[in-house]
Amino acid sequence: MTPRQPVTLILVLGLLACAAITVLGVCIGSAGFENTVGALWLGGADPVMAQQIVWEIRLPRTVGALAAGALLGLAGALAQGLFRNPLADPYLLGSASGASLGVALALASVGGGAGMVGGSMMSEAAAVSVFSSSVWVRLGLTGAAFAGAVGAVLLTLALARGVGNTLRLLLAGVVVGVVLGAITSLVLLFSPDSLQAMQAFLLGSTSFIGWASCGLMLVVWLLCALAAWVLARVLDGLSLGEATAISLGLPIAPLRAALVAVLALATGAAVAQTGLIAFVGLAAPHLVRAMVRVPYRLLIVLASVVGAVLLGAADLLARWAIAPQELPVGVLTAVLGGVYLLWLMHRSGATGSGGRGT
Amino acid sequence: MKRCWIALATLALSVFLAMPAGAIQVTDDQGTVLNLVKPPQRIVSLLPSLTETVCALGQCQRLVGVDRYSNFPESVKKLPQVGGGMDPNIEAIVALRPDLVLAALSSRSAARLVSLGIPVFTLEPKSHADVQRAIRILGQLLQVTDAPKLWQRIDADMNSAAAAVPPALRGQRVYFEVNRGPYGASEGSFIGETLTRLGFANILPASLGPFPRINPELVVRENPDLIMLGEANMQDLAQRPGWRAIRAVRENRLCLFDGSAADILVRPGPRMAEAARLMARCATDKAGAATPAAVRP
Repeated sequence: MTPRQPVTLILVLGLLACAAITVLGVCIGSAGFENTVGALWLGGADPVMAQQIVWEIRLPRTVGALAAGALLGLAGALAQGLFRNPLADPYLLGSASGASLGVALALASVGGGAGMVGGSMMSEAAAVSVFSSSVWVRLGLTGAAFAGAVGAVLLTLALARGVGNTLRLLLAGVVVGVVLGAITSLVLLFSPDSLQAMQAFLLGSTSFIGWASCGLMLVVWLLCALAAWVLARVLDGLSLGEATAISLGLPIAPLRAALVAVLALATGAAVAQTGLIAFVGLAAPHLVRAMVRVPYRLLIVLASVVGAVLLGAADLLARWAIAPQELPVGVLTAVLGGVYLLWLMHRSGATGSGGRGT
Repeated sequence: MKRCWIALATLALSVFLAMPAGAIQVTDDQGTVLNLVKPPQRIVSLLPSLTETVCALGQCQRLVGVDRYSNFPESVKKLPQVGGGMDPNIEAIVALRPDLVLAALSSRSAARLVSLGIPVFTLEPKSHADVQRAIRILGQLLQVTDAPKLWQRIDADMNSAAAAVPPALRGQRVYFEVNRGPYGASEGSFIGETLTRLGFANILPASLGPFPRINPELVVRENPDLIMLGEANMQDLAQRPGWRAIRAVRENRLCLFDGSAADILVRPGPRMAEAARLMARCATDKAGAATPAAVRP
């Protein structure tokens, strides 16, 4: 079998799964599962309301979850290639924590709105919510998250003194993640107005994704995927070792810097809309590699699709399990992904392969 | 038989005499029985609703320290703050030499303070009945004889707030948002109890727990006639996906509560009747559907 065929198969199956999640996403809401497409849509009690719920709430939310998953999958594939490390992911590298610190700082500096508990003693003009649907607010938050993510990755790299030592890199990533997380808590402590909203946000939430967030994430994904597609050959070169890559005549340093920027942009865009969602970025590329060996530009596309399916499915579960209440989707992915990570470590420990080439 | 009675009476009398004069015995929410020889004179309160209850009983002067969220009545703002209910500064509390600390059941400080020899009394009012009970127990503890009258007054005020709601508004469906999570106040919360008493219907049933985190779509679906929330959340209310369609948003029937009004609303304490009055007044004002003006106490 040529390698093209499984790639096409995975791609088609993944896209079909995305389509299925979209259809299910339209049908699953505060009332659990209901055949919205049929009953509610054609002849429900209140067709205007049904249209509102489908078009303004469920569809952007579902597509938004898919887009965020795609961004995280892409970021994970990039991270693992860039750092030649199978355990690298936006979360473990600290870039997600950096992004949320960026969001927290941005909110604290403008006095972001919260809830009834925890004070609301600010001028109305300055009220910017982390859940706002305005395109400009979303763009600003994404910018802040991007800056935070870049800073965090650079910090991790500086602490790890490059990407050579896996253990150092992961340790540095964990340390950066914890320290930036603590600084985020500190910032919020001094900005009680933002505290409550940020707490909900930090758990990871897809509840309030509107079309603005959704569109923003899709555009960023497209940009990142294009950039990664063009730059991906450096990752293939790197996978043969840095010396080989240099001997192939690849300008390693600038390409690497560009890819770190793409990684940070993808992470920042996802975090700014949905908060911290763990392990999707880690699991997606692994699942792809478990199925097929492909060059990096294809891995990036496939990891995006798989990431979309993972987060899309987790989002469905989060709204469906205890409807009309919701589970925080970030907590759900952390639990599921954490189990997967443990299994991965257990297995790679058993074979002694370091998890590479799965 | 007769001797038996005499023996019992003697026993009862001797027990009565054996107890020191003015001894107080009360049981807190943890089931701890507190025996105090005399009413406490130096109290530290770690919960705003308990601070307010102590002051409403006219014993504000006995407070020597409060948590950082206690901000009513005005006089407690001058007292030393000893951190928050969840993260109290044990050292600061000990330094105030209290003879009683009032804390929430969920406060982590109780065990530590007790081991340092400071009596701790835990009370966590979560419902109207709890508020009544807190007033009664604190009344016993502080030996305020007319404590039941305080509750009677709150109860009567709540009735008159309910009576002030125009009959046309009875049964109107309300969504009360506590936090942007979104967390709402269900029928099972003390806020829900107040809404019920005012004659409103809550879109969140008690079965969801007092303050459930809900799928925001539920609010769109339930299409409430009236939404009550903190002023800070108002900004993007109409921008939330799908929320423009909600009747309350369309007709601008939004009760926005600013910081100090919100404090009254979210504290299960002696200002509960005032909270009821605020809610009733706003609902009545909004029936005429004017522009949303913040409600101030």
